[in-house]
Amino acid sequence: MAISSDVKPTRMELKRTKARLKTATRGHKLLKDKRDELMRQFLLTVRENKALRQKVEAGLQEAMASMGRASQLMSPEILEQSLLCPKQGVEVELSLKNIMSVNIPEYVFRTRTDAAEDIFPYGYAQTSGELDEALEALSLVFQDMLALAQAEKAMQLMAAEIERTRRRVNALEYVMIPQMEETIRYITMKLEENERSTTTRLMKVKDQILQEAHEFDY
Amino acid sequence: MNYRIAVIGDRESVMGFRALGLDVFPVEKEEAKAVFSGLVKAEQGPPYAIIYITEELLRPLRAEISALKDELIPAVIPIPSKDGTLNLGMEALNSAVERAVGTNIL
Repeated sequence: MAISSDVKPTRMELKRTKARLKTATRGHKLLKDKRDELMRQFLLTVRENKALRQKVEAGLQEAMASMGRASQLMSPEILEQSLLCPKQGVEVELSLKNIMSVNIPEYVFRTRTDAAEDIFPYGYAQTSGELDEALEALSLVFQDMLALAQAEKAMQLMAAEIERTRRRVNALEYVMIPQMEETIRYITMKLEENERSTTTRLMKVKDQILQEAHEFDY
Repeated sequence: MNYRIAVIGDRESVMGFRALGLDVFPVEKEEAKAVFSGLVKAEQGPPYAIIYITEELLRPLRAEISALKDELIPAVIPIPSKDGTLNLGMEALNSAVERAVGTNIL
């Protein structure tokens, strides 16, 4: 690993790297915990999402089938006309839920009128019963569609966050931390080396001094 | 703040949603792109929190939709059309799992 070139083997540098390693290790542990918990939540959401999607797809299929029957029994113009001016209106309010630092939308949905029969924007004279059935089925399945939207968005956002967190964990685990450990090892060895060379130098100097002293005697 | 819900797809599949009070946009495949980006921008009125889209339109709009994946709004949700499901919704689910886990574990 390329560290030796840009690291000064000093005590100060060693101390700093050790502190950084400590922070990195701690960060790694925290991020790992975050990833695990996110993953758990994510899998719950996925499961919910899957169930909801199956329900919605089945429900919609049924509603569409009724709609198909209705469109065969009625002329397309009348069908079009009957649905042209809806009595009902829908608004969505958005609140945020925070799961492990991921902001997830929660939809609260409000209809303009409370009456259930307001989903039929026509008089019953010209339309077939199949159309009523289709709309009823649709309004039933719509509740699930809303929940599906919420689960699906949550799933996407969480997937993105998990991906990010996983990258960070891996970068710390396989790059940053080994690199710092390497640096620490390098500095420690260099410092020890210096120490040894100082010792030998001192011994040498001492020998020389002694030698001179002895020569003086003669 | 209030948001709206849009449904976009072929005429027959989305017509019914109009009665529920959703904003319905019947489109042909060719114009889908323009209509969809118009929905995302939502220049008039409150923005759309959810856009339901029939599975037939997913493929031509793939680039636009995946750009919105990490945004909070709108949520783009595929729904089956009158001709039945193409299983693209489930595919989207699997790809999200793959993105998070690294492999498909389902």
